[in-house]
Amino acid sequence: MDTFNTIILVFDSTVRLSVPLLLACLAGLYSERSGVFDIGLEGKMLAGAFAGAAAASVYGSAWIGLGAAVLISIALSLVHGFASITHRGNQIVSGVAINFIAAGSTIILGQAWFKQGGRTPALASDGSRFESITLPFADALSDVPIIGQIYSELLSGHSILVYVAFLAVPLTWWILFRTRFGLRLRAVGENPGAVDTAGISVVWLRYRAVIFCGFLCGLAGAYLSVAQNAGFVKDMTAGKGFIALAALIFAKWRPINAMYACLLFGFLDALAIRFSGIKIPGLFEIPPQFMQALPYILTVILLAGFIGKAIPPKAGGQPYVKER
Amino acid sequence: MAEYAIELAGINKSFGPVKANRDINLQIKQGTIHGIIGENGAGKSTLMSILYGFYQADSGEISINGKNTKINSSNDAIALGIGMVHQHFMLVENFTVLENIILGAEDSQLLSGSISKARSELIRLEKEYELNVDPDAIIEELPVGIQQRVEILKALYRGAEILILDEPTGVLTPSEADHLFRILEQLKAQGKTIVLITHKLREIMAVTDEVSVMRQGTIVATRETAQTSVEELAELMVGRRVLLRVEKGEPNPGEIKLSVQNLTVRDSRGIDMVKNVSLDVRAGEIVGIAGVAGNGQSQLIEAIAGIRAAKEGRVLLDGEPIDVTGQADPAMLRKRGLAHVPEDRHHMGLVLAFEESENSILGYHDNEQYLSGPMLNIEAIRDDAREKIEKYDIRPANCRLKTANFSGGNQQKIVLAREMETDPAVLIVGQPTRGVDVGAIEFIHKRIIEMRDAGKAVLLVSVELDEIRSLADRIIVMFDGNVVGECGPEATEGELGLLMAGVTNDKMAAAE
Repeated sequence: MDTFNTIILVFDSTVRLSVPLLLACLAGLYSERSGVFDIGLEGKMLAGAFAGAAAASVYGSAWIGLGAAVLISIALSLVHGFASITHRGNQIVSGVAINFIAAGSTIILGQAWFKQGGRTPALASDGSRFESITLPFADALSDVPIIGQIYSELLSGHSILVYVAFLAVPLTWWILFRTRFGLRLRAVGENPGAVDTAGISVVWLRYRAVIFCGFLCGLAGAYLSVAQNAGFVKDMTAGKGFIALAALIFAKWRPINAMYACLLFGFLDALAIRFSGIKIPGLFEIPPQFMQALPYILTVILLAGFIGKAIPPKAGGQPYVKER
Repeated sequence: MAEYAIELAGINKSFGPVKANRDINLQIKQGTIHGIIGENGAGKSTLMSILYGFYQADSGEISINGKNTKINSSNDAIALGIGMVHQHFMLVENFTVLENIILGAEDSQLLSGSISKARSELIRLEKEYELNVDPDAIIEELPVGIQQRVEILKALYRGAEILILDEPTGVLTPSEADHLFRILEQLKAQGKTIVLITHKLREIMAVTDEVSVMRQGTIVATRETAQTSVEELAELMVGRRVLLRVEKGEPNPGEIKLSVQNLTVRDSRGIDMVKNVSLDVRAGEIVGIAGVAGNGQSQLIEAIAGIRAAKEGRVLLDGEPIDVTGQADPAMLRKRGLAHVPEDRHHMGLVLAFEESENSILGYHDNEQYLSGPMLNIEAIRDDAREKIEKYDIRPANCRLKTANFSGGNQQKIVLAREMETDPAVLIVGQPTRGVDVGAIEFIHKRIIEMRDAGKAVLLVSVELDEIRSLADRIIVMFDGNVVGECGPEATEGELGLLMAGVTNDKMAAAE
């Protein structure tokens, strides 16, 4: 029973840890499917996390925090769009710039406004944080072996953003493959010329894609600072935006695969936390640094060829210029 | 119904200082096939892009079916019943046929309704015209001829009454082209108006009712096709008399200069693109390799030129073996007297951002004459470039000009001058006149024959059958990586066309 509990706990934290990855990964999926590479997921998430925590602490409402996170993240997306869609700039440079802006400005503004060394004030449990939701009958069922435990521990007891993130997966699949917008979005990332000659605006389509991207990055940021943690700490995204990008490639730009990829990375993170510093009897102690490095090592190994050929959207990274 | 489907009056369009279209007046009758012919850069594509709403004219009037209209976007053009089949297909390659057809013409926010409607409409269109396509096939898995049909279906699905085709036969085999022409005739019989843009005179003569000739941005003449001739059209296009027939004497083949034995070349995907190919080229003869693009010709000449390592086989240059499966590289082969004019001058033949003089020695920059000590001798290089410009009539005659600013024909002459002037024993020429205008074609063909007459061994690869037939002394046909036949220059287009489609003599005999 003890082992089973441990497994449940590891899976439970897997879910929590994979949520920001999943939201960011889906964000990147919208953008990159439209042909706009976005290396600035990290920066948008970070800015969103800061704005979310700051607004939540000032106004005492998690929802206002969420709104602020989404708004600031969409604003940064539009900057990326303006540079790379309207002005046909280099998408990588623009994305890197957004990462730098977010990393620097969150610390400066945090220090200027709250004077806590770049942190935001800790959010109390008075509505200024997203609390975990207990699903119906969770308490009643918690004594039922296995199924009850899975239900009450693993499925119940997460914040609303966790459920939103996992619902976003089938929703994204449906948008991408069952709607007109999705068809055009996929087309514009492959051959913008085909979209243009069909009488559809390439620019407006790509702007909508980056707005979707900003929205989801905002959710990811808010989850980090207003739900998973109680406040903003500098650099709290810690490379999650880049892991999300890796997961996106790993998932070959497909939403369901993206969920599996993010769960895998979340799982490794959970293992790292659970088993860091554990002793293997008679042998040696696994150094915590190794466990922490594991997700990154795995990323390298997976991307180096274990996943087969991942073909990105063909027009990705290229600004669209009408041919002369 | 109005007499004219399209009327253009006084259309002008400039790109910066370049006047792409000047004072164009054009009337195209309902229900006819109207050809527009002209050299590259004559402004044909610009004019059609204006008609399709891709660009807006600086001035001028457009009337469609007798009604004066403004076409501000492709949407307007589609609404007016204008459909366009672009030279480079505007298809999403990893989509199905159906998805491509409904893109931009979906009925509602959800796809399922549009897809099923498109499916039944497609079946109707397929019955009406000879346009068989599997609606669920993925585009990238279809041959180009079928992809082109999808483009036509796309236009018809949107209710096009006027169909513009931009250089539609560039990627087709002769039999596919004939099929296309049959489709066009059928569309015409249904009352559609068709505008055919091309630089191939033969096609114009084959299918059009009327033809307009463009030169330097203006329409210089419109003729009824039945009342004109290939010679007259060529003269109108170029502005002077052109020799369409290549004049050459009998070949005088000498000893074998280049011998390819059982060569197999595998591409990066692990597919054998050249399968056990053997051929000989003698001094003083031109051997032409015919075939539809993508049947291994490119890989074959790349392997011989040392650009791509072969998997198996031997190549003898002047009787001496060269290690094409490993050590061979272009620099070494160049030193041993093998010159190579690559098929794609932009990717392999030239650095477009360089000055003309730099490109005119590229690859030969280690030669003594261009060096002074460890440095390049810039003066010697420029003098050399000026000589080549003079001899090959490269225009503008300025060796300091950026190569990108030369026209296609002149860029090709830069490459030819570089490779031919080194006096090679063997010359490999890939697609010598692709994207080159008629005037320059004449010159290039003459130079290639002069090389032959000077006793060089010439291996020519071209997808233009006419070119192969008029230049080559022997023709080798490749299909799916194999040599499927060899014939003399007297072979008819029909015979070659069958071989290019992979129908060999044995198979024909078996069929009978």
